[in-house]
Amino acid sequence: MPAGTKPPIKIGNGAGFWGDNLDAPVRLAESGAVDVLTLEYLAELTLAILAHKRSRNPAAGFIDDFPGTLERLVPSLRAQEGLRIITNAGGLNPEACAVACGKVLEAAGMGELPIAVVRGDDVLDQLLEWQESGIALDHIETGEPLSAVADRMQSANVYLGARPITDSLDAGAQLVLTGRVADASLCLGPAAHQHRWSWTDYDLLAGASVAGHAIECGAQATGGLWHAWADLPDLAGIGYPIAEVASDGSSIITKPEGSGGAVTVGTVTEQLLYEIDDPARYRTPDVDVDFTTLSVAEQGPDRVEIQGATGRAPSDRLKLAIVYRDGWTATGSLGVVGRDAEKKARAAGALVLQRVARAGFTFAESLVECLGAGDIVPQVIRPRESPSEVILRVSVRHEDRAAVERFCRELAPLATSGPPGIVGYASGRPVPRPALGYWPALLPRSLVCPMVEINAASAWAAARVTQGPETCSLGGTV
Amino acid sequence: MGADKQSVRLGELAHARSGDKGNTANIGVVANDDASYALLRAHLTDAAVADFLRGLGIGKVRRYELPRLRAFNFVIEKALGGGASRSLRLDTQGKALGVALLELCLSVPEGDRPVVPEDDCPTLPEDDCPTSAAEGRA
Repeated sequence: MPAGTKPPIKIGNGAGFWGDNLDAPVRLAESGAVDVLTLEYLAELTLAILAHKRSRNPAAGFIDDFPGTLERLVPSLRAQEGLRIITNAGGLNPEACAVACGKVLEAAGMGELPIAVVRGDDVLDQLLEWQESGIALDHIETGEPLSAVADRMQSANVYLGARPITDSLDAGAQLVLTGRVADASLCLGPAAHQHRWSWTDYDLLAGASVAGHAIECGAQATGGLWHAWADLPDLAGIGYPIAEVASDGSSIITKPEGSGGAVTVGTVTEQLLYEIDDPARYRTPDVDVDFTTLSVAEQGPDRVEIQGATGRAPSDRLKLAIVYRDGWTATGSLGVVGRDAEKKARAAGALVLQRVARAGFTFAESLVECLGAGDIVPQVIRPRESPSEVILRVSVRHEDRAAVERFCRELAPLATSGPPGIVGYASGRPVPRPALGYWPALLPRSLVCPMVEINAASAWAAARVTQGPETCSLGGTV
Repeated sequence: MGADKQSVRLGELAHARSGDKGNTANIGVVANDDASYALLRAHLTDAAVADFLRGLGIGKVRRYELPRLRAFNFVIEKALGGGASRSLRLDTQGKALGVALLELCLSVPEGDRPVVPEDDCPTLPEDDCPTSAAEGRA
């Protein structure tokens, strides 16, 4: 290692989505194998769900599982002075998350611990103004103008990059709470902090972003979804992934010793391809990464090295994810058994829709699925024989909640008035739920203004969350 | 197509993982070895994948090659019936597409066909498989 070069920083990801295994982050921290624990909670629609929660309670809108997880991490924070935690659990309300976390830490006698809050991703309030000033926010895939849904927007969050996270760590934060940031930023932020990279060292930024991409979905890098799943040791105790990111941008992907699952060239390579588009241009707010120059090689048991990442300057536009209300939806399922199960199920599904139509409600969108008869990947994978039992699944969407309510009441009558051999009525009526539309767009970087605020846990615990006017303290450092 | 062609299931040559971005799905396909990669480079074309998945009502399919990883990335537009938020399907996020694609039967020259212990693909030409059927028989 050249003089002045710091050792690799070990970044473990203990959550790949909201709802992931609750023990995984605790096990990663207790393993002592990580310098940084990250928790990635925000899928495309999560912020819209949080918007719904915040609309009913101004102190809500963050991942409310996280303070409980933090409480379980207190012994590790006490025992490992250098341990840092970085998470997008802040969701739509990182300040409220900081207040809840501050209370947890203060109660545990750790009121001095510095908590950073990163904001600036939530641009819902500015959108209409930007639209009026002529900034195009067309749908990336369809090209439609935002005016089509502007009156129904639930959330609008721009993907921030790693710099506010690096700035937070540089300023001494031990817990960093963000809203929407690019998933790879949770890994690049601490790596850039450790190795003091310049924000124009694109190959290095690319290397840490690749490592972040490899671990962002948690156990998908360590044997989750693996085709030879039956051969993996202790899948029940699957280890969550650790990226050891070196100063040259290369990384080793591994997992805690003694944990289940496996880290192989295969598991890592498959995960590198997960949810990417053009591999020569994997876009992040900090760097455009070229995956085609990567090489992946085994360096030991459950240790796989990724090398050769190259990067270029990122776009001057950032991805903006808007979620809008799109009517109501509901889904009901019943079991169908016997000879001609598929035929009976399809007929029963049609009956439900006919009866709702006779009651005066027709649906622009409805779907009858026969699970077991080849409908999970419709028209692609068919069973070899006619199934003797299937699950009938009927779904509808409508602008009007009343129509969906009516549909929800129409499954039970099949018990006495449909084909024989239909079961499962005891599980209750389906419930209407809001349907959400996803609207990805691009926003000029110059409009986005990330902000970092750092306070001791006890100060956050005493803070009152207000939605005051925001001033930009870190302009241009997205 | 005649006796010089053989059918092989993609799952014998590669492994795969799929996911979503909006209404677009992607399937990463990783070949098991160099010979399989070469075979897939020739035969697992964007057109072959589009044909196999056509029942889903998909849009354009783009294939990207990653030779150093012995892998391909297939990006499939309009694959998800509206995307995670809007689709009424059980699999709103395209999680099943990778597993499904491994059932694709490629018709390849007999000499190129790897020896595999078990093969679920029908023997050509008596019982053709869907993709090769679309190519027509000699």
